[in-house]
Amino acid sequence: MAQPDGLLYSKEHEWLKVEGDSATVGITDYAQNSLGDIVYVELPRVGQTIKQFASIGVVESVKAVSDLFTPIGGEVTEINAALEADPALVNRDAFGDGWLYKVKLTDPGESAHLLGPAEYDALVAEAAH
Amino acid sequence: MTTPAETLQRTALYDEHLALGARMVPFGGFEMPVQYAGILKEHDAVRKRAGIFDLSHMAQYELRGAGVAAWADGLTVNAVGTMKPLQARYNIFTNDAGGCRDDVLFYRLEDRWLLVVNAANAPKMWPYLQAAAAGRADVALESKHGSRALIAVQGPRAVEIVAPLCDVDAAAIKYYFCREGRVDGAPATIARTGYTGEDGFELFVEGADAPRLWRTLLARGAEFGLEPAGLGARDVLRLEAGMPLYGFELTEEISPIAGGQAWAVKLGKGEFPGRAALAAQLERDDYDRIAGIVLEGRVPARGGYPVFFGGERAGEVRSASLAPAAGNKNVATVLVRKEAAAVGALLDVEIRGTKHPARVVPLPFYKRA
Repeated sequence: MAQPDGLLYSKEHEWLKVEGDSATVGITDYAQNSLGDIVYVELPRVGQTIKQFASIGVVESVKAVSDLFTPIGGEVTEINAALEADPALVNRDAFGDGWLYKVKLTDPGESAHLLGPAEYDALVAEAAH
Repeated sequence: MTTPAETLQRTALYDEHLALGARMVPFGGFEMPVQYAGILKEHDAVRKRAGIFDLSHMAQYELRGAGVAAWADGLTVNAVGTMKPLQARYNIFTNDAGGCRDDVLFYRLEDRWLLVVNAANAPKMWPYLQAAAAGRADVALESKHGSRALIAVQGPRAVEIVAPLCDVDAAAIKYYFCREGRVDGAPATIARTGYTGEDGFELFVEGADAPRLWRTLLARGAEFGLEPAGLGARDVLRLEAGMPLYGFELTEEISPIAGGQAWAVKLGKGEFPGRAALAAQLERDDYDRIAGIVLEGRVPARGGYPVFFGGERAGEVRSASLAPAAGNKNVATVLVRKEAAAVGALLDVEIRGTKHPARVVPLPFYKRA
């Protein structure tokens, strides 16, 4: 399955869309599909400073709890409030309305540690076998 | 807990599951479908229309002989000898301390009995039963585990899907009774039983007949909204319906009484393992027990999370899930001290270091209209 262009990806199946000195973070379609029906998302607080690859929340499906690792460091500027009432938004639109949070980047250079669409696609293809 | 892949068995319906896009997981020594389209979608189908399940991993044992009822009554808590022909009855095999070896179903057929045990317990139950029957000329056991299949069709539309395919009047079979006949031409034990809290049937057939029957049921059920449902949906359905799952609400340590199944314990029927221990447990009434709770917030509980009552540790969560049929609340079973198990008691569940309020409610969480 092809991954959307214009995004960066982590090995923990988060995506990152960088716009200037800010970025939007979510989990990938592969991740939401693997988790199944998502029933609860625990996100960092607005104003919280998070470090790249740190565990900063959880995503819970009917069957399991999964840690959420941030693909990038920075200060959290916004969280997706719609997920509180409707966490299944992540299942329905992982790359769009199911985004998780936005950060003001600490160091844009950190994105060099992430994967491009083709590299992430290869990772997912590997995981499927 | 997972079994190495090379030792996992496959049911007769394995290829059907793959063709339907199921996600397969190891369960009870078999590769089983945990979900197809999604747990909540499958749950919804069973509650509102119908779902079809492969339960062929469960062990089917055939019992024959004039002594079966008396023999089984000496090993279990519920009455076997009083079962009518073609009746099905829930039962529990106990250990000497009153804990549960397994919870099972007995079916009294015309010329034999069918005993269905949990797949995960089959490796201990089969040798146990063989040893218990050793030297008895009036009890013969035969394992059909892995060769006989079990297909369940559960939900309010199940009777409309199954009955027209049967050569006996399946719609007239009462809840917890069965008939022997043919379903779509295949010899079958047709039982009005299930583990979902809905009306439905369990169809016991030869493995060789199972794939064709599965496909026929799916095709005929389409107009009624029948969907394949996996073990994930089954776990949510049984929890909502207040039905225990071995390993969670019942274990070698959690007795039938502590596990909320005192209704099935017939202390007056004669000796069975752990009978004195269970009588003493009832008399003292001081044991930790299973209770149902509803959490106030949106944060789900999970098995093993600590439970507090009046600020003190009172026990732990055993099973938990979002319960779409119980107001879409987060529910759980907990094993707690007596005082903490009273309906209305206010508890806290510790989730990742934070206490979340919950209230004890009567079980089941869901009862069909």
